Amino acid sequence: MGTDAAGLGRGRAMAFILPALVLIGVFLVFPALWTVYLGLTDYRLTGLAAAEPRFVGLDNYAAALTDARFGSSLWLTVQFVLGSAVAGQAVLGFAVAWVARGLRTPVRRAVEGLVLLSWILPGSVVAFLWIALLDRDGGTLNALLNTPGTAWLLDHPMLSIIVFNIWRGTAFSMMLYSAALENVPPSHLETARLAGASTACQLGDVVLPRIKGHVLTNLLLISLWTFNDFTPFLLTAGGPEGRSEILPVYVYAIALNGGRLGAGAAVSFLILLINLVFALIYLRLLRARNAPPTAAAPGGRGPV
Amino acid sequence: MVRHVLARLGVTAFVAVLLGFFALPMLWLATAPFDAGASIRVSVPEFTLANFRALLVNPFAVGSLVNSAVQAGGAAALVVVLAALAAYALSRVQVPGRDLLLYLLLLMSSIVTGTAAMVPIFELATRLNLIDTHLGVILVVSGGLLPAAIFILKDFTDATPASYEESARVFGASPLQILRHVVVPLIRPGLATIAVWTVANVWGGFLLQFILIRDPGLAPGSVILYTLYTEGGQPDLPLVSAFSLVYSLPVVLMYVFVSGRYGFRFHGGIKR
Repeated sequence: MGTDAAGLGRGRAMAFILPALVLIGVFLVFPALWTVYLGLTDYRLTGLAAAEPRFVGLDNYAAALTDARFGSSLWLTVQFVLGSAVAGQAVLGFAVAWVARGLRTPVRRAVEGLVLLSWILPGSVVAFLWIALLDRDGGTLNALLNTPGTAWLLDHPMLSIIVFNIWRGTAFSMMLYSAALENVPPSHLETARLAGASTACQLGDVVLPRIKGHVLTNLLLISLWTFNDFTPFLLTAGGPEGRSEILPVYVYAIALNGGRLGAGAAVSFLILLINLVFALIYLRLLRARNAPPTAAAPGGRGPV
Repeated sequence: MVRHVLARLGVTAFVAVLLGFFALPMLWLATAPFDAGASIRVSVPEFTLANFRALLVNPFAVGSLVNSAVQAGGAAALVVVLAALAAYALSRVQVPGRDLLLYLLLLMSSIVTGTAAMVPIFELATRLNLIDTHLGVILVVSGGLLPAAIFILKDFTDATPASYEESARVFGASPLQILRHVVVPLIRPGLATIAVWTVANVWGGFLLQFILIRDPGLAPGSVILYTLYTEGGQPDLPLVSAFSLVYSLPVVLMYVFVSGRYGFRFHGGIKR
C-alpha cells in the first residue's frame, strides 16, 4: 500500500494517528512502565507509605521469591495453564473440530453453537452457572452423580477451575482448528484412508504437518490468555486457604485487597515479563507466516 | 466393517458427552429465571415471569444495565473513530517508522493485560480522578482495545483498492470529503466488526470495572451480578437468575445477528 490516494499528506496522517497513540500511550504503555517503578517501592494503599513511598530496590522481588504463598501461587498457575489450556482446550478443541466435519449439519450446528455459547456468555454469568452446578447441597452435579454433600469448590478447587476454564475457552481452539482443517485437502485424507491408514496415522502423517503453525499459534495464545485469566476469582476467589490462588488472583489479593501496591506491582512485572516471552514468539510466528494477528475474544480474554 | 461400526459408535458417544458437558451448566440459565420455585438445582420450572419483577425492585439491577450500555457504547464509539482514523492513515500514507510502530502496538497490547496492569491502572485512575466515573472505564478499556482494532481495520483498508479514492480526487473532492463519502462506506463492515467486538468485550468485562468502580450506582452489570451472588449470605435466586438472563441476552443476540448477517465468526481477527 502506501499510495496516498486521497491526498491526505504526511501532516494530516500524523494528526489522524496521534489521538489513538495518546490514548494507548497513557492507558496501556505508561501503566506498564510505571509497574517497573512501583515494584521498586514500598508503596501502600493507606498509611505512611501511601503518602511517602520509599525506594526499596529489589526488596519486593526478594520477598516474593522467598514467600511460600507466591511460590504456591506460581505452581497453581502452571497447573492451571497446562491443565486447562494446553491439555484441555487445545485437545478438546481439536477433537471437536475434527469430529464436527463428519457430522450431519443440524448436529454440527448444535455442537458448535453450544461450545460458542459458553464462550460468549459474560464471565460473571458463567461463574454463577458453575457455582450453581457445583453447589454442595442443591447442585445439579451432585444430584446427577449421586454424591450428595460433595463441596467441589472447597474440596477440589483447582480441578473445578480447570474444568471450568476448559468449558469456558474451548471455542477458540475449536474455531482455529476448524479453519486450519479446511487447509487439508480431503483427497489426501481419502487416499490415506483407502491405503488403510488408521485415524491416528492420518492425523500424524497427513493432518499435523499441514496445521503445525496453527497448533503453535493456538497453544501460545490460549496459554497467554489463560495465564492472565481473572475469571477463576469469580468462582473461588482464590480459596479455600489460597488453594486456587493463581497469580492474577494473588496480585489482586495482595495489592488491591491487602493494600501492598508496591509488592503487587513487583509480581505484576514478573507477569509482564512472562507475557513478553509468549508474545515475542507469537509475533515471530505471525511474521514468518505473514498472517494477520488474531485479536481478542469476547468474554474478557484478550487485551482487556 | 466392525471397525467402521465401532468408530461410528465412538463418535456418537463422544458427541453425546460433548453436548452434555457444554449444555449442563447452561440448563439452569434456561429454567431458573422462569421457575416460581427457583432453586440452585436444575428442575422443570413451574412457569412464572414474576422473577423478572425482582429486577425492578432491586435498586441497582436496571441501572447497572444502563451503566453497561453507557460504558460499552462509549468505548465502541471512541475505539471505532480513533482506530479508523489511525488505520486509514497507516494504510495509505508512508509514515516514518510505521512497521516498527505497528509491531510495538501489537506487542504491548498482548502483554499489558488487565491482570498485569491492574495496580498501575488503579493508581493512574485514582490520580486522574477517574475512579467511579464512566469516563475512566471507557478510557482504560479503549486504550487496551485500540491496538488490535487498528490492526484489524488496517487489514480491511489494505484490502480495499485505492482507485475509488483516486477517481474522487480527480473530480475535485477534498481529502476529508473522500474519507467521509468514499472510504467510510467501503470499510463499513470493518467498522461494524470493531464496534461489535468492543461492545462484547466491555459488556462482559469484569476486572477493570471491578477495580475502577466502587459506587454500586455506577457499576456495570458484570460487577452488580457478582455482588448479588457473593454479598449478604444466601443469594436471591429469583433475582440472580432473571438478571443473568437479561444481562446475557444482548451479547448473545448480537452474536446471532452478526454471524447471520455477515457470516464471519466472532473470533477476534475475524478474517482468515
